[in-house]
Amino acid sequence: MTQPSQQQYRRPPAILLLPAVIGTAYLFFPLVGLVVRSPWGTLWQRLTEPGALTALWLSLITATITTAVCLILGVPVAFVLARTRFFGQRFVRALVTLPLVLPPVVGGVALFTAFGRTGVIGVWLDRWFGIELPFTTTAVVMSQTFVALPFLVIAVEGALRSADTRFEEAAATLGASRWTAFRRITLPLVGPGVAAGSVLCWARALGEFGATITFAGNLPGTTQTMPIAVYITLQNDPNGAILLSLILVAVSILVLVSLRGRWIGTG
Amino acid sequence: MWRKRLVAVSAAAIVAALALAGCGSSGKSSSATSTPGAGTTGANLSGTITVLAAASLTGTFNQLGQMFQAAHPGTTIKFSYGGSDTLAAQIVQGAPVDVFAAASPTTMKTVTDAGDNAGTPQNFVKNQLVIAVPPGNPKHLASLKDLTDPKLKVVLCAPTVPCGTAATKAEQAAGLTIKPVSEAPDVKSALTPVELGEADAALVYRTDAKAAAGKVDAVEFPESALAINTYPIVALKGSKNTALANAWVSYIVSPEALAVFTAAGFQAP
Repeated sequence: MTQPSQQQYRRPPAILLLPAVIGTAYLFFPLVGLVVRSPWGTLWQRLTEPGALTALWLSLITATITTAVCLILGVPVAFVLARTRFFGQRFVRALVTLPLVLPPVVGGVALFTAFGRTGVIGVWLDRWFGIELPFTTTAVVMSQTFVALPFLVIAVEGALRSADTRFEEAAATLGASRWTAFRRITLPLVGPGVAAGSVLCWARALGEFGATITFAGNLPGTTQTMPIAVYITLQNDPNGAILLSLILVAVSILVLVSLRGRWIGTG
Repeated sequence: MWRKRLVAVSAAAIVAALALAGCGSSGKSSSATSTPGAGTTGANLSGTITVLAAASLTGTFNQLGQMFQAAHPGTTIKFSYGGSDTLAAQIVQGAPVDVFAAASPTTMKTVTDAGDNAGTPQNFVKNQLVIAVPPGNPKHLASLKDLTDPKLKVVLCAPTVPCGTAATKAEQAAGLTIKPVSEAPDVKSALTPVELGEADAALVYRTDAKAAAGKVDAVEFPESALAINTYPIVALKGSKNTALANAWVSYIVSPEALAVFTAAGFQAP
């Protein structure tokens, strides 16, 4: 995607400039603090510790799987919310945003009550298929999906609502099926929204802590993601924890920047 | 149109709020209020002190604080509870506090090594591990060895926190290795899955199991005697109210306080 050619870059109104600078600085300085405080001398030692790399790898893999799951489930949810009318729609929309408000630790407990071995669904999974989800890598992806899915749904729904529906109508009059119109017209139209939603979703999944440590637990190699490794390290080595979180930040920036040009368009 | 904007704006606001919220933890502080209670000796005490205490002391210290204040009107004992290692680090970095009560000699050593103590630390209680199981002990667990069954879901504390260190010691004493499904970051989060019925057992302090009575049962095991945690307390050099700080320390090591501790599941030092 490239920017529309008619877009012009102008000087912003002065009244917007000051809060813009303050807002950026507010996000920037805590990061600067981390960079300054970090024990850089031990960077190599940290990186070569097997635990750190294992946790980083697990984080990247699970966050990516989570994003894929969120795309498969979230885009249809957004489409139904944006383009249809049905009884209880407001309720469904509130439900979708609920995980945003719920403290993630409570989200973890909620996942137990649904998918744990005594949970309303989990008890049948266990009885019929012998599947126990808590404390597995699958549980990590489930926890991340629970907290990250709303980000994707909200972003894509916003994009769908502001997209021009006349193209879809034109496609329909030309004989395209609803599925074809969705695939060939709607999806490309909201592409940037989907991409932005995916990035938010991936970033949120990567940083997920509360639901994961509750529902998936903490076991190095299986469920110990980077944020959990950081928290455990924080207990007796705060500086080491800072360095670990900076590694996570650096890797995520690297991934996002390298994707930005390709998928999201320059901006 | 208005609706579209509302969606976009609220989406942005929610995203921003979430980014700010993230995940928080630790750092609870509370100050006890006066109620009638028992008394101790000592006269002319007044003012306020701040006591940093291990999280596992929360219930007992709050209770003892109320009793102390009732016996000494005009005094205020403020508490800040947290992981002993975090608290020790705060003291070494110059936190303006008066007394430190730690859950392990190792964390106390951090403070004495830095020379922040006034006087010698005194041990006031011991705590030891029990096997916390769901009410009624459905899997009939009776020993540490039972926890090595690979079909069981066992939660331990992470080896970096004191209850995890104690668990490792107990395993070594028994000559066995438990494979946990999760290593919890603190003793309370080790207990949660057992309370929810999602784990079959957890190794936690007896006092934590006792505090969760009704939601978990405690199974004693002999090897825990070899993995006992001792709690030391000391007044700190930086205290601006030495008299009150010393009075609090004397109160905590008194027989009267010990009665409160043993009622909560602690043992005499």
